[in-house]
Amino acid sequence: MSEPRTDTRVSRMLNGGPGRVLIAVYLLFAIAATARAGLQIATRFGEAPLAYLLSAFAAVVYIIATYGLARAGELGRRIALVCCTIELVGVLVVGTASLLVPSAFPDDTVWSGFGEGYGYIPLLLPVLGLLWLWRTRSARA
Amino acid sequence: MNGALETLTIVLALALAAWGLVATVRDRAPDRSHLIGLAVVEVAILALGVAALVAIAGGESPAEPGTFWGYLATIVCLPPIAAVLARMEPTRWGSIIVTVVCLVIPVLVVRLQQTWEVAGV
Repeated sequence: MSEPRTDTRVSRMLNGGPGRVLIAVYLLFAIAATARAGLQIATRFGEAPLAYLLSAFAAVVYIIATYGLARAGELGRRIALVCCTIELVGVLVVGTASLLVPSAFPDDTVWSGFGEGYGYIPLLLPVLGLLWLWRTRSARA
Repeated sequence: MNGALETLTIVLALALAAWGLVATVRDRAPDRSHLIGLAVVEVAILALGVAALVAIAGGESPAEPGTFWGYLATIVCLPPIAAVLARMEPTRWGSIIVTVVCLVIPVLVVRLQQTWEVAGV
């Protein structure tokens, strides 16, 4: 049935083991956010320019974060660190703002309501990313 | 669009998600069965796309065409992405990737159906 050989030790590499799962989820969000932002900007930008620009910004951050995590190495780690930090700040600021000043967000972004439209995964993802960067910090991955 | 094909796709994806979870719990890498499963799910998704084209040829149209095709294009990409990443990671984590992607697919299929039907129905 299944292949018996499987690497059970936790990989210390940024882009291996659990890190690869993280890359997969980041990739999903990069695709989802890009598709959403692209469509919103192409079809109805005037309705909610701020929200759609934020969607586009979030999409770019997810793409770069995916690249950083997949690239690994010293530079990849730095890229991922910056992106995860921006994401965490972004989801907290936009999440708070969308609750306090809903009129500024006539349409939802990925980060509205702390990512409630996406099962709060946008809030969880940068935290997991930062934790993973921390756990693999000693490795020259 | 009839609901049967969507339901079938969702059931297949959820079954494969469970199968990926079994491999994960057993500390196994994704094997041939998972790749075949992903291929089957991909075929179901492509059939959804064909069904949509047939329905359009028959005079129907999606309620939100842009969103509909955006979702469809996204879903079509998911099984291949899962297969590539799962093969890159021949550990239990590769099996989790299969599970995660297969849990996302039903959500997107439901959204796909919603963008086809008239809003509010």
